[in-house]
Amino acid sequence: MMHSLANSRFTSLYVTSALFVLLFLVGAFQFEGFGSTRVVANLFSDNAFLVITAIGMTFVIISGGIDLSVGAVIALTGVVCGLLIGEIQMHPLIVFPLVLIGGGLFGASMGALIHFYKLQPFIVTLAGMFLARGLATTLSEESIPIDHPFYDTVADFGMLLPGGAWVGASTLILFAVLIGAILLAHFSRLGGFIYALGGSAQSAQLMGVPVARTTISIYAISGFLSALGGIVYSFYTFSGYSLAAVGMELDAIAAVVIGGTLLTGGSGYVVGTLIGVLIMGVIQTYISFDGTLNSWWTKIVIGLLLFVFIGMQRLLTRRQVRVAGH
Amino acid sequence: MTLLSLSKVEKRYPGVKALDGVDFQLREGEVHALLGENGAGKSTLVKVMTGALEGDGGSMTYLGEPLKLKSTAHAQTVGISTVYQEVNLLPNLTVAQNLYLGREPKKFGLIDWKRINRQSRDVLKRFDLDIDVTRPLSTFSVAVQQLIAIARGVDMSAKVLVLDEPTASLDADECEQLFGVMRELKAKGIGIVFITHFLDQVYAVCDRITILRNGQLVGEFEAATLPRSELVGHMLGKELQAETKVQEGEARNDKALSETLLEMDDVAVRGSLHPTSLTVRRGEAVGLAGLLGSGRSEVCRAVFGVDKKTDGTLTFKNSEQNFRQPAEAIAEGLALCPEDRKTSGIVGPLSIRENIALALQARRGWWRPMNRAEQQQLADKFIAELQIATPDAEKPIEQLSGGNQQKVILARWLATNPQLLVLDEPTRGVDIGAHAEILKLIKKFCSEGMSLLVTSSELDELVAFSDRVAVMRDRRKVAEIEADDITEGNIMQAIAEA
Repeated sequence: MMHSLANSRFTSLYVTSALFVLLFLVGAFQFEGFGSTRVVANLFSDNAFLVITAIGMTFVIISGGIDLSVGAVIALTGVVCGLLIGEIQMHPLIVFPLVLIGGGLFGASMGALIHFYKLQPFIVTLAGMFLARGLATTLSEESIPIDHPFYDTVADFGMLLPGGAWVGASTLILFAVLIGAILLAHFSRLGGFIYALGGSAQSAQLMGVPVARTTISIYAISGFLSALGGIVYSFYTFSGYSLAAVGMELDAIAAVVIGGTLLTGGSGYVVGTLIGVLIMGVIQTYISFDGTLNSWWTKIVIGLLLFVFIGMQRLLTRRQVRVAGH
Repeated sequence: MTLLSLSKVEKRYPGVKALDGVDFQLREGEVHALLGENGAGKSTLVKVMTGALEGDGGSMTYLGEPLKLKSTAHAQTVGISTVYQEVNLLPNLTVAQNLYLGREPKKFGLIDWKRINRQSRDVLKRFDLDIDVTRPLSTFSVAVQQLIAIARGVDMSAKVLVLDEPTASLDADECEQLFGVMRELKAKGIGIVFITHFLDQVYAVCDRITILRNGQLVGEFEAATLPRSELVGHMLGKELQAETKVQEGEARNDKALSETLLEMDDVAVRGSLHPTSLTVRRGEAVGLAGLLGSGRSEVCRAVFGVDKKTDGTLTFKNSEQNFRQPAEAIAEGLALCPEDRKTSGIVGPLSIRENIALALQARRGWWRPMNRAEQQQLADKFIAELQIATPDAEKPIEQLSGGNQQKVILARWLATNPQLLVLDEPTRGVDIGAHAEILKLIKKFCSEGMSLLVTSSELDELVAFSDRVAVMRDRRKVAEIEADDITEGNIMQAIAEA
């Protein structure tokens, strides 16, 4: 029972995907070695921490909120891992659950503040950002190297695909999170509640949506996934540093918006966010292949893309409103 | 058997006693009307019995057991569902999601979409709605959305169904359809609380009637033995005055001679209004009649510059105007009270005073702020003049009843001293008492030389206030009725055929 109108809900997803393919093809035609499975695999593994964090951000934004604390939580997670694994030599399999629960609780308490004190998510998570970043710096101003056999095992874990593509632990975690997030968004009650809150919090409440539980869960998920992003980031850097991932929350938000999620809430797809990150990654890859361009060009292109996407979203929603009004 | 029983319910707000020891009984298999004027306490009582508000006193018994509701979700799980006046579903979700949100059937721990979609289609078939349930709710008309909201309430296997003005946006056929469903549910033993402003509907479907006034119980009556005049008398606390009837037939005719204030000559808006010509003279009240979607509101929007006209000429005060936005129309001395109070009229959290000062302030320009005392004076003047029921001017407007909100919006525009006031459905969702008052106000404004363009779906209203009635159908004007020819019969005929 597909209807032409129902399709329009996916329009922004199609546009995002088409843009990714286009950018990739441009690079592949221009540079030798760009159009390889290795480049694609690296897109995933290099950006895994960002994808994981941005997926959490997707739920927050769909519900009509925002979470500015994610970059700081990544840094704090890294520093805690550095101290407990790198310095005290605790086993990572004990430390990881601790930081994941910590991240979840951190998010949950921000969600509770937002709901029970009727505060703006922007200001609560801004406070959370300062808190987490400050805490990380207090614990250690220096970058802490993480040297543990488990990290070496993780680094070696994975499989080699034809074309020299390496699918490592980070990529596998990314896909596990993605599948989990899709199930959560579209095949669980909580997922429906999250979209409902973004549509209209007042109506959702009257329809019997447990608003408190949902809000707290949303920020807990975001906190948990940021902590997971922090762990994956430490796989990548083999260290924990309090100034890591500065401004990363804005990259995550940009990826979510480029992925077609409405900043006003109520509509969006997790898969879109993945493609949003990949678009940002492919631009970065293009610039490094080119070699002459300053890496800040990535930001410039992403800035332009954001303008285009917000404009496009506005046009799309306007068209839908007009259709609804006959 | 009594399903739900409330006794001695109280609810106090600062300065106002919204409910004062009210009793209410709902039996199995009955449709029970809950009636009362604006501010009578209907909405508050509904909120208490559906868990949206906690009463300050009194008790509640449900199926013979005492019950204390913690939330609307709690009420739903025990079998008390509510359909609110304004559609309270989620526009961004699909129809099926709206029907099953929070109670989705699952398979292997995952939501079973196939089953949800199939069940949704089946449920809606009972309402003769054969629609694509996978489309977002926002792509359907308000009437369809309202039916879906009711279907949701019904399908929650409710024992008690509260319908808070469900018919406000339904046309006659859709109402009949709804009544059919209500009778069907009644036969199954469900108790229905029905709130409406349409007395015809009360007599069409209700078994018993509970009437509230000023937060107190007036009484409980059998519908079959309560004459309509007595019912209205109970609601108003007095005999209905003849103010909705017209006595001043003389006043009507002499306006034909006064000068033209607004002249629309084949004004059209692409996609919403076909070429339409209409004139409004000074001191005249012109009624716009027609069914929902006939183009009434579109005329108002075009006149006020909300929608930019794409063809024709619009002359106001003898000079041609091309309003590109409402601010330009306001500057020329026009004012518009929009149809949908909730979304385009009130600024909910602001006080009555601030809401009233809004338009005048905008007209004066933001660089010349009105001081507090000036605003206060303005607000107090209109609260007295329009008899807005509130303890003071500082109450947030969202806490007022529909009729009083409407009066505040009227006050906002009157404060700008407009020459032409456009009222789009000023009496929608407003009860009889406030109806009569608003009609009286329209008359008064006219006699003071103001011109009005008023849309209404109530024929008796149009007859009561109009000097001339323009009838709209299919987004164009199909007839104009003047003077003594303005009768309900003539208007109806024009809407139907012409």
